[in-house]
Amino acid sequence: MEIKDLIFNYSLRLGDSSLVIGHRLSEWCGHGPILEEDIAMTNLALDLVGQARTILTYAGEVEENDRTEDSLAYYRDERGYRNLLLVEQPNGDFAMTMIRQFLFSSYQLLLYEKLQYSKDKTIAAFAEKSMKEVIYHVRHSSKWILRLGDGTAESHERAQNVLNQLWRFTDDLFDGDEVDAELTKLGIATDLSLLKPVWFEIVKKTFDEATLIIPQGEWMIRGSRKGIHTEHLGFMLAEMQSLPRAYPDAKW
Amino acid sequence: MISETNIKNKILEFLREVPDPEIPVLNIVDLGIIRDIREHNNFVEVDITPTYSGCPAMKVIEDDIAAKLREKGINNFRIKNIISPAWTTDWISAEGRNKLREYGIAPPEEKSGDKNFLLGKTKNITCPHCKSINTILISQFGSTPCKALYKCKDCTEPFDYFKCH
Ligand SMILES: [Zn+2]
Repeated sequence: MEIKDLIFNYSLRLGDSSLVIGHRLSEWCGHGPILEEDIAMTNLALDLVGQARTILTYAGEVEENDRTEDSLAYYRDERGYRNLLLVEQPNGDFAMTMIRQFLFSSYQLLLYEKLQYSKDKTIAAFAEKSMKEVIYHVRHSSKWILRLGDGTAESHERAQNVLNQLWRFTDDLFDGDEVDAELTKLGIATDLSLLKPVWFEIVKKTFDEATLIIPQGEWMIRGSRKGIHTEHLGFMLAEMQSLPRAYPDAKW
Repeated sequence: MISETNIKNKILEFLREVPDPEIPVLNIVDLGIIRDIREHNNFVEVDITPTYSGCPAMKVIEDDIAAKLREKGINNFRIKNIISPAWTTDWISAEGRNKLREYGIAPPEEKSGDKNFLLGKTKNITCPHCKSINTILISQFGSTPCKALYKCKDCTEPFDYFKCH
């Protein structure tokens, strides 16, 4: 692959994960368990969709094929999406949404901490900016994990069930391929295998404190970097893309 | 002959007339989003930086800057969005902080990059109404991306806190 293809691909991965989890969070709008939480989740969504806009715009520029943030978001099919499997999982109950967020945001924070020193200036600026937002996401979701895990018998049970369901998607976070390897050599991306133990320590500490147990020996599901997804993404995109596909000339 | 510095200062003064769409008590210069102004052969370039990635006010701010420049007879310009270095609340001017307080929004008290708050160690935020520090965080996320919601335990009023970024 040429360097511009590598950067295009890499930018899609960053942007798609933010877009998909941002869209998932926006599905909570008007349905939050309490007003403050409704506002919190839509605030997170705003940050994440905003991040996606920046980096998908850059992907379009790098590709030099006249694609914009909008055409990339609305006119790619499921197999063209490069988001992590974790972020496309449905919202489920509130525990599901918060644990998904915590697993992802703590990963994103570590990744951006590295990428702020990327030799690609746009990726570095994007990471530096986004990191400040993600710190709040980590903090918010981790506090909920403590409350849910170490809360009532029912909140504990539901949080544990969710962790058991979602854990299988966590290897996918670190499942780097030749794009990561090539770009890491060039100082543009970062070695994901080095992030994994750091991430594990961080999440384990919070789950321990929340009296939740990380499952062991789970069958790990991967494939996001090749555009292979779980059955949920297609449905989400069908809804997200329906308006621009039905009315391609629609404008704000 | 007017020097470039004079023109820049003049434009900066014009931009002080542009309020932030979400917190109109602040102008966009107080807020620290004007990063640079350049003038060359009657062509003006204004660099602005977004407060938050998804800030819906950015487009409005751009349009407002354009309208202000035209109003002042400047028609040859370009507004450039730059994201590095990333905007920080440290850039809000002292005057801006006073205006926020008077408006009922507590200005940021922590330094940007202070990671203590990741660990849950937050400073006591002073109530903008009665100056008490006996306050409590209700929600880290408020009415706009830049604000958190607090409540004062002395005067019992809720208030917005412009959170550190
Ligand atoms: Zn008070």
